[in-house]
Amino acid sequence: MDQLLQHALNAMILGGTYALLGIGLTLIFGIMRVVNFTHGEVYAFGAYMMYMFVMLIGANFIVSLVLAVVLGVMLGALIEIVLLRRLRGADIDTTMLVMIGAGIAMQNSEQLVWSGVAKSINSPFPSAPLVMGAVSVSWTRLFVFAVAVVLIAATYALIQKTRLGKSMRATFQDREAAALMGVRIDRVHTATFALGSGLAAAAGALLGPVFVVYPTIGDLASLKAFAIVILGGLGSIPGATIGGFILAFMEELGAGYVSSGYRDAMGFLLIIVILLVKPTGLFARKERIG
Amino acid sequence: MSRAVSLASSVAWVGFLVTLPLWMDNLYFLHVLIIAGIFIVAAMSLNLLLGYTGQLSLGHVAFFGIGAYASSLCSLGFEIHVLDVPITLAPKPVWFSMLVAVTFAGLCGWFIGKISFKVRGAYFVIVSVSFAEVTRLVALNWLELTQGPMALNNIPFLKFWFPGIGDVDILGKVPNYYLVLGVAIVTYVIIRRLVHSRAGRAMIALRENEPLATSVGIDVTRFLVLATVVSAALAGLAGAVYAHYVRIVDPDVFLFIYTVTMVIMVITGGKGTLAGPIVGGLIFGILPEVLRGFEVKPELQWIVYGVLMILIVYFLPDGIVPAVRDAWKRWTGRTGAPPAEPTGTAVPAEARP
Repeated sequence: MDQLLQHALNAMILGGTYALLGIGLTLIFGIMRVVNFTHGEVYAFGAYMMYMFVMLIGANFIVSLVLAVVLGVMLGALIEIVLLRRLRGADIDTTMLVMIGAGIAMQNSEQLVWSGVAKSINSPFPSAPLVMGAVSVSWTRLFVFAVAVVLIAATYALIQKTRLGKSMRATFQDREAAALMGVRIDRVHTATFALGSGLAAAAGALLGPVFVVYPTIGDLASLKAFAIVILGGLGSIPGATIGGFILAFMEELGAGYVSSGYRDAMGFLLIIVILLVKPTGLFARKERIG
Repeated sequence: MSRAVSLASSVAWVGFLVTLPLWMDNLYFLHVLIIAGIFIVAAMSLNLLLGYTGQLSLGHVAFFGIGAYASSLCSLGFEIHVLDVPITLAPKPVWFSMLVAVTFAGLCGWFIGKISFKVRGAYFVIVSVSFAEVTRLVALNWLELTQGPMALNNIPFLKFWFPGIGDVDILGKVPNYYLVLGVAIVTYVIIRRLVHSRAGRAMIALRENEPLATSVGIDVTRFLVLATVVSAALAGLAGAVYAHYVRIVDPDVFLFIYTVTMVIMVITGGKGTLAGPIVGGLIFGILPEVLRGFEVKPELQWIVYGVLMILIVYFLPDGIVPAVRDAWKRWTGRTGAPPAEPTGTAVPAEARP
């Protein structure tokens, strides 16, 4: 029972960052109809920026985190403007191929710059864990969870309360109608991709100090984000949030009770079950054809 | 292009490839061609999905790897314990193992197609890419069956019985070259016959306009699954040939980067054309060896591949084969010659209705 409680706690904490990853991807897919294969690489970029600022430059942990996210946002905007803007209106396969090419180039650039050796990032929090009865949790993980929750809340607020969020929702519902109503689609797309990438970079920067950083972490991050998004329904933000937590629970329980080697296979298992039982995902919207 | 010219150029090409080992005694180059040929078979199978049905299989390496592992394990034999019940398999002949591998890869294709074509859109891509990752994890973690990172070693080579000659060992460069050439020709013929059949026209119809195809009574999902099964089985065949050629298989055969290589081959050559994967496969089969000659780091090679992929999508979206054909048409049109099909390739590359 204690063990189960511990797993549940770990899953909650991991789920926060997974949700960030999933929300970023689902936003980009929902609004831009782009299957973003650079998502995992932006995640890795966030983790490496964290490594650079904290370990190489010696900057403050919080400042580094903010910088990593800001750089992730800028990288996202850059990808959108340089690669995707001219493909507006292209079919989903074309943009997917471009994103795969970009993802490959980014991952190998990371390998070239940082080498294949795994890097660890020190965190400023006390190394003694916080013990609550039978379960314990490290302070770093608590911090990660708190930041993830704040970022999720901020994203919801941005989409529901601001003018930009309104434009994004309008574009999501009907791009042409939104354009006719004076929404600047170009700007919405750039902002969406920047926001989604910022969330991925945040997830990477947050999990970097918890795990280690190496060039291919992006692959798994992409796959997990895809699993989360299919689980919640492509384009659904609440779906991605809950999907992130569900995937984290599956992984924790799978690693704890089945085999840790298959931890990363849980996402796939989840996709299969969802496609068999409810192919449109848990929180399907009206239109589901990509 | 008249039928006679087409036939003559086909014969010329095949003749050139058949006699190649007789005057080419550079074994290293032969090895490069063998590996390129195996990848061309895999790329042709991917083209069936990507080019003719318009579905991108991003886990294609899974079928390749499954073929390699299934054929190796079947020919080596294994003993595993499922819930403490021992399951043993005695070593089987290699030709039989390869058949098992092709069948098994096809079954996996059926399963993946069946679940992911319930919904259209990006689902097939995502399911296939996750499937490839899971197969890699299984190959890495199921030590009892796959030896994990220690790899399967000493995989037996194929023995082939020829009438009048008896058993021939398919061992070393020259016999394997002919094996790969034979497999490639068979794959080419299968795909060509399939895309020119009623089923192939149905696939193309649904690529061009799915609602319209459905409205004239084409069972879209059935043909998508059929294409996936054939494609997976052929990729499995490529994997089996690979396993018995290099005779060592490790979980790295499932790396995503190999799928990317196949995708680049197909889109560079021209998706939806029969010659496209061959042209693309030859370019990207030989290019890494050229780059290696300049001592280019592998990371840099992959960066070049990634950038190239983007550039092709922007500037040559249909690939080399259609571009060459259009250029040829324009050139012959301007010089007043009668409109002709390209003769540079041995095949009628155009397969669109």
